[in-house]
Formats: sequence, structure tokens, C-alpha cells
Amino acid sequence: MPSATFVDVEVEKVGRVYGRRRALHDVSFRLGAGEAAALLGPNGAGKSTLLSILSTQSEPSSGTVRFGGRPTSPEARAGIGVVAHESLCYGDLTGRENLRFFARLYGVASPNQRADEMLGRLGLDADAADRACRTYSRGMMQRLSVARALIHRPHLVLLDEPFTGLDRDGVAALGRLLVEERERGAILLIVTHDLPAVSEVCQRALVLHRGRLVYNAPLAGRALSDVYQEALPAAG
Amino acid sequence: MKRPLLILFAVLAAAGLGYAPQLIFGAPIESTMGFVQKIFYFHVPSAFMTFLGAFVSAGGAIWYLVNGSPRGDRLAVAGAELTVLFGICVLVTGPLWARKAWGTYWRWDVRLTTSLLLWMIFLAYLFARRYGGAGAKRLSAGLAVFGAADVPLIYISVSVWRSIHPKTSVVSTLGPGMRGPFWFCVASFLFLFLVLLELRLALERSRARLDELHLAVEDHLDANS
Amino acid sequence: MGVLASTMLLVSKDVRVELRAKELIYATIFFGAVVLLVFAFSFLGGERPPVDAVAGILWVTITLSGTVGVSRAFEREREGDTLRALLLSPAPRTAIYLSKLVSVTLLMVLVETTATLLLSLLFQVTLPHVGMLVGLLGLGTIGFASVSALFGASLGRARSRDVLLPLLTYPVVMPILIAGTRGTVGLWHGDAEGLVAAAYWLRFLLVFDAIFVSLGLWIFEPMMRSDG
Repeated sequence: MPSATFVDVEVEKVGRVYGRRRALHDVSFRLGAGEAAALLGPNGAGKSTLLSILSTQSEPSSGTVRFGGRPTSPEARAGIGVVAHESLCYGDLTGRENLRFFARLYGVASPNQRADEMLGRLGLDADAADRACRTYSRGMMQRLSVARALIHRPHLVLLDEPFTGLDRDGVAALGRLLVEERERGAILLIVTHDLPAVSEVCQRALVLHRGRLVYNAPLAGRALSDVYQEALPAAG
Repeated sequence: MKRPLLILFAVLAAAGLGYAPQLIFGAPIESTMGFVQKIFYFHVPSAFMTFLGAFVSAGGAIWYLVNGSPRGDRLAVAGAELTVLFGICVLVTGPLWARKAWGTYWRWDVRLTTSLLLWMIFLAYLFARRYGGAGAKRLSAGLAVFGAADVPLIYISVSVWRSIHPKTSVVSTLGPGMRGPFWFCVASFLFLFLVLLELRLALERSRARLDELHLAVEDHLDANS
Repeated sequence: MGVLASTMLLVSKDVRVELRAKELIYATIFFGAVVLLVFAFSFLGGERPPVDAVAGILWVTITLSGTVGVSRAFEREREGDTLRALLLSPAPRTAIYLSKLVSVTLLMVLVETTATLLLSLLFQVTLPHVGMLVGLLGLGTIGFASVSALFGASLGRARSRDVLLPLLTYPVVMPILIAGTRGTVGLWHGDAEGLVAAAYWLRFLLVFDAIFVSLGLWIFEPMMRSDG
């Protein structure tokens, strides 16, 4: 299957309603190839909902999402990689088997080779790779999830708090990996509270507050508190 | 449904059901079963409405699943509730009639058994909708579609199982004096069905409107903060 | 990847997962045996129960085990939220549905084989016309799986999902129970009339399967979408 080649992601006036609760309100932004943004905001701001819509898991109640000008489709899905709170991996299978399976599922050429390559890149050594991933430590599981998300060379990578459970070295390694992906031309959107971790990776910050996008500007090495100060002057 | 039409139907239904006993009393007494047979004037129209409710529900469910239409979903739930409601009438009047006519409450006859299963499927619809969690509407819609599609299969399998080939329709064996009252009752029940359907749809519409108002209030407060 | 290739990939993954853990397979087969024994003790009046009852016991055992199997199979997909992982992938929805249908059918075939052998042992039933019996069991299983896999996937994280699955499935699959038991009885009577009846019920099950698998294939994708 040809890999999706969308160059940008365009979110236009996206809204999401759950019964009486408006989770997202008129969110619009655009991210182009090689752009990495940090998605910030207090709890309940709608970050997970937005990621859910961008990953195609749920549909917006209003507005549109376009991948390279085209709406959601299997081809678009082939170009999206997701790192979520859950592992999205089969606990009974080994790391290697999981990666091989997902590589095949996404139509990657030479799936076995690619799986081994990702195992190496994420530092999952031979011993771990052939153990059921249910036995992995939290940090190893996180690395496997990232490997799974990147195995098909996605154009859009969505990460929901990917640094939790990683030690300092792990955070640095993941940061370096994400920079590599960005330089490959992928679009990254990272939900995080850990700004220092993404300071090397993300050039831009998007802040959600009560379902609205209240801030969309370059990060330029500022601290989280500064960004929040600018974005949410009343809340502080 | 427009107000005046609803009121008209309500009046027709009330008048019809009010006058029906008069007609039923005046209708000729059936030879084999005697006076008891007259329960059929309410039993059969209830059965018709049960099946009608099921197909309305399934139709709404398909509309909702394919188009995401909230109106479809409203039809689905309203139809399901009416199926259960009229189903109760069928399942109460049926055994009463059977007891008096044949001595036993339940004889596993084809129509009653099919009605029972249909009733259970749409009762399950209501359970699914209430307790089905996040995807409850879609789950129950799927059940409604499967349930309606199942009806002919249930009917055939039960009738072959009981080795009873479907009799000629109950309706065509009616004596001339009975047809008038029968169709009169069917019409009255139909008006009742439509009135109840509309009332139930209106309730769902109100709920949706209430949600919209909640959202509007929140938006207003947000904008002014 | 086309629907067929995706389905085969997904099925091989399911088989690998189940063989790795084995818990699901062993537990479900054992459950089937236990239920069968419950019936054996209930009917142990000294003599063999009538053919009708034995056929009924077989099909009820299969139905109960099938439900247990389906709900456990989807519980597995909840662990790492892997069903979501599949839905996020470019795999066609119909392939996901078909793969669950096939996986559930395979599991149930194991249970049925055990149950049938155990049954013939406990109730001294000879098994003539094995081919037709296999046909009845196979078609009945596919029909059952087509319905329960759909509901199993849609129940997601609903709190009462363990009770809801049989509640939703059983009324819909009642024709399968009727067809299966009547067909099996016809086979075990062995006379010409019985065989004609069995052939009829085989055709009935074929029609049931055609209708419900088609419906399932069509309706799976809309059902997997998020509620508006």
C-alpha cells in the first residue's frame, strides 16, 4: 500500500459535543511537514478529545479535519501514528511479534526487517524483544508503544504524554528520536505537561482552555509557566 | 407531526377505542369459540402494532447508523418502546384468550411465540440503550436491525418446529359481520400508535433541545468571562 | 491490503495470541464439559434421556460456551486497548469483523468437538451421518458468531457487558437453536423422514448465515463509529 503523502494537517472550526458538554469549540489550526507542536492545557481542556479526532478514532460534531486537503480515509490512517495512555500492544505477544504484526497491518515493505530496525532504534535488546511484552517494565512498554507508532513512517505522529514512566535517559532518548522524526518531515503533536522534555523537539505551542484554542505561537524556549501566563491571563 | 394533526389523531383514537366495545358487542358471535373470541378484536391489532413498531424502530436505526441522523435515533427508541408496550398487550390478551378457548395459557403457537421473541429482542434494545455504556445508541440500533431482519426467520423456524404450516390468515376467515369491527379496531389502534409515537418523539426532541440550551448557556458564559 | 489478506493476518494474530496464553481455550473447553455434566446429572434418571433432550443439551452447551468464548476474546482486546489500535489502522473494518467471526468460530469448533464426543460417551449416542452433523454445527456456529461478534465488539467498556452480551445475542439467535436441535434430532433418528428434516434445517441455517453475515459486514463499520 502506498504510504500516505499528506504534507499538512488542517483543522478547521472543529467542535465536539458530548450530550450537554462541549468538549471542543471552534478549534482551528494548521501544521505542516516538519512542524512539531506541544499541545498544552489544564486537565479537562479537551486535549485528549482533540487527539482522538485527529487520530480518526472519533468524529467531530462540527468542522472538518483534512490530511493533505483530503478528509479521513484508510489512506490517511496509513499515515498516522499514535502513542496513547494504553499500550496498544498485545500483552501475550513478544515485542518483536507485536512490531511485525503492526508493520504488516500497515502494509510496510519488508516488515520483519523494519521491526528489527525499530527494536534497535528504541533500545529494546534481543532479550526483551523475544519476551511477552506483558513482562516489560513501564519504560520498556512505553518504548515499544513508540516503536509501534513509528513503524510505518507516519506523516502525523500524535503522542499523548509520551514521557510518563521514562527516566531521565529515556526522556532524552525519546526526545532525540522525535527530533529525527521531525527532520524526516513528519508532523508531531505532543500532549505533555513536561515542557523541558519537548523544548528541543517542539517549535510551537498550542494551548487549549475549556475546549477553545487560546494560544498558537512559537515556543522559542520559554517555560511552561510563561506560556500559560500569556495564554490564560485570568486563570494564571 | 403538526399539532392539529396530532390532536386529530388523538381524538380519532379516543373516539374509536371508546366506540369499539359497542361495535364488538354487536358483532356476531364466533361459532367455535363463543363470546371469548371477541378478545381478538384487541389482540390482533395489538400484534399488528407490535410488528409496526419493530419495523419503525429498525428503519430509524438504519437511518441513524448510516447517516448519523439524530431523528433516526429518536425513531428507533420510540419504535422500540412501542413494540414493547403493544407486545405486552399481545402477550397478556393472547394467553387469556388461549385459556378460555383451548384450556391452556400457552400453546407455543407460531404467532404468539414469534411475538414473544420479537418482544424480547426489543426489550433487550431498551436494556442495551440504558446500560450499553458509551456506544449504547449504536449498539441498540444494531440490535434493532438484526431483530427486524430476524422476524421472518423466527416465524419460519417456529412454524416448522411446531409442524404447523401457517394457517390461512386469521383475517380472511372472518365472517362478514366481523370484518367491519375488526378493521375499525385496527384503524383506532393505528391512530393510537401514531399519537404515542409522536408524543415519544416530542419527548426526545425536547431532551435534545434541552441539551442544546445547556450548551448555549455555557457558551454564553464562556464568551463573557 | 485487501479485505481477505487483512482478515487472514488478523486471524493468524488471534490464533497466535490464544495459543500463547492458552487460558481462553482451556477454560472455554472445560466450561463446555462442566455444563454438559450439569445436564447429565439433571437428567440422570437411570435411563437414557430422549433424543430431543440430548440434542437440546448439545446446542445449549454450545450456546453458553460460545458466549463465554466471545466475551473473553473481546476482553483480551481491551487489555492494551488493541481493538482501538486495529480501528486506528488502515485495515478495512469488514476485515476486523470477519477476523473476529473466524476466530470465534474456530474456538467454538474446538468446544463443539469436545462436547459432542463427551456427549456420545455420557449418553450413549452413536453419531451417524457425521458429515451432516458437522454441517449443522458449523453453520450454526457461524450464525452464532456473526451475531455475538458484532455485539461483543460494540459493547466496549459498558459496565454490565457480561450480562448484556447473552441478553442481546440469545433472542436473535433463537432460530439457530431451533434449527440446530431439530436438525440434530432428525439425524439421530436416522430414518428417511429425519434425514429430510435435517437437510431442510441445513438449508435454513445456510440462509440464516447468508443474511446475518451480510448484515454484520454492512453494519459493523457504522456501529464502530463514535456516537454523535
